Amino acid sequence: MIETKKEKKDVLVRVENLKKHFPIITGFLRRTSGQVRAVDGVSFKIFQGETLGLVGESGCGKSTLGRTILQLHIPTDGKVFFEGLDLSEMSRSELRSMRRRMQIIFQDPYSSLNPRMTIEKIIAEPLTIHHSANGKELREMVEVLLERVGLNPLFANRFPHEFSGGQRQRIGVARALALNPSFIVADEPISALDVSIQAQVVNLLEDLQDELGHTYLFIAHDLSMVRHICDRVAVMYLGKIVEIGSVDEVYENPQHPYLQALLSAVPVPDPMVEEQRQRIILEGDVPSPANPPVGCNFNTRCPIAFDRCFQEEPDLKELIPRHETACFAVEERMALT
Amino acid sequence: MAETLLQIENLTTKFHTDDGTVNAVNGISYTLKEGETIGVVGESGCGKSVHALSLMRLIPIPPGEITDGEVFYRGRDLLKIPIDEMRNVRGGEIAMVFQDPMTSLNPVMTVGKQIMEVLRLHAGMDEDQALDRAGELLELVGIPEARARLDSYPHELSGGMRQRAMIAMALGGNPQILIADEPTTALDVTIQAQIIELVKRLRDMIGMTIIWITHDLGIMAGLAERMLVMYAGYLVEKASAKDLYANPSHPYTLGLLKSLPRADTGKRNQRLIPIIGRPPDLLSTPKGCPFLPRCRYAIDRCAEENPTLKEIGPEHEIACWIDVKTAETHEVIG
Repeated sequence: MIETKKEKKDVLVRVENLKKHFPIITGFLRRTSGQVRAVDGVSFKIFQGETLGLVGESGCGKSTLGRTILQLHIPTDGKVFFEGLDLSEMSRSELRSMRRRMQIIFQDPYSSLNPRMTIEKIIAEPLTIHHSANGKELREMVEVLLERVGLNPLFANRFPHEFSGGQRQRIGVARALALNPSFIVADEPISALDVSIQAQVVNLLEDLQDELGHTYLFIAHDLSMVRHICDRVAVMYLGKIVEIGSVDEVYENPQHPYLQALLSAVPVPDPMVEEQRQRIILEGDVPSPANPPVGCNFNTRCPIAFDRCFQEEPDLKELIPRHETACFAVEERMALT
Repeated sequence: MAETLLQIENLTTKFHTDDGTVNAVNGISYTLKEGETIGVVGESGCGKSVHALSLMRLIPIPPGEITDGEVFYRGRDLLKIPIDEMRNVRGGEIAMVFQDPMTSLNPVMTVGKQIMEVLRLHAGMDEDQALDRAGELLELVGIPEARARLDSYPHELSGGMRQRAMIAMALGGNPQILIADEPTTALDVTIQAQIIELVKRLRDMIGMTIIWITHDLGIMAGLAERMLVMYAGYLVEKASAKDLYANPSHPYTLGLLKSLPRADTGKRNQRLIPIIGRPPDLLSTPKGCPFLPRCRYAIDRCAEENPTLKEIGPEHEIACWIDVKTAETHEVIG
């Protein structure tokens, strides 16, 4: 039921064939000797009010994708539409005013807060930049924001080092909320926190969404947490999305061989379950994004790759309702049944 | 019944810093039986790594100091034997694998040379024998083109390969006990699964005894026979792995398990139950239970006396005054 309701919802963000390549510059003459294809042709939609999880292993391009959507990296190619407006066509000043609507929460609550600023200044900064408030009004807004993220407003004059990791991440959340955005990219917001603190921050993000109706892009490598917090999930491998769909559907019925291996590798805190589980162990490592394999990205480690996988790149196809997979082998299997 | 291989009694480690004394490990005792895998879990700063470094006598002194305790291994107290003898134990009979293979490998020495060093020191091999054995070891831990990889420098290997090389090095001295300190924390899940599979295979093949230290309760579920849970430098729960997950009895263990989402069951729309508050300050020594400020079950007695481990079932001990099955809970203000 939830899914059908979501389906009718408006598209907030539409990403079309987005690419972000970073040049590799070598030698005395600083020549460009190659490209790191961090994000290499990605298309998907994010619906109003949902939480889309973006998962994948380190180096798969998930953080770069999050930042490129927000135009914090200039895309190499492709388009990002926010409420139907093309962000890549906008001027700097247009983009700046759009940024009120789209914010980011960073992974590391230690390096993403300026140690010389009080938390009042940190949280007020976006409000000052966008001339949203000043003076007494500004101070009051900061207090409201602090309360909203579960911090004592009396702490406003303290510096970041006086707070624990979990509290700092709350400060990061307050700063992201300051301009009342509709879209928030949460880039591994809990990875740096202790297990007992992670649940606190996740609950906070969920409560804020219920209250304020944010749309989240939740970037994470923790597949268990993604299942808990997200409505839909996109799985990345080497700069591309290999599978996307509603979270229960994707976790219960994974199609792409990479996702199957990834899910089987996630440990479950229950010895009885662990005894029964079959692990699919992938051979080898992820290839370098500077030199991706020809054909399907995953063909170097894939247990079911065949000729076509070494010649062509598969596109995402909706092989099961609300569940898209980019894999020729799965496609063929579906065609046979 | 397997024989006791290692017996730790009242191990206590402190660090003397400018801000005061940090009570990192506060009198922990347990025994390790031959061939078993024991999991030591807890969050950062709970003393799980310091406990391992202490029993290996790898604590920097000063500022660290092992103020009390005994570590019996084959009739000797490792904390009292001469340092030369301890050097033979380390890397020989007891080997250790660390979290970050990049900082624990020497960056200017080839992987082969580093493994050969262990073999020459602890297995008494000459250059040629060591070279041969190093190649075998790399093969054993599943490094492709093992012989060629002997000439690689650590930076030329991926994170997973480096951790394999570390394990090969640890195996060099034919250890009885392997201490693995968060060996997969820096790795991706698919690589983590490779390493865990490797360690299980080696364990069954060589019959190694393992102390595996981690913050991840998920990993241990498929790996350990017995579990130790640490909080603020204390052992707060000791149980068989099956018992610990099915029947967690210390409020902290219970809290940890309840705050974990699971990938295998759909539990959306069900709130996680976090542990309120923040990790303990090890500089202070509260009179009562260190978990008191975060505990939903605490009673008056918890503020007065710090509970010691007591048996609540077969091989199941907790350091807690209350019974979580019957006790009333109350709100905790963070």
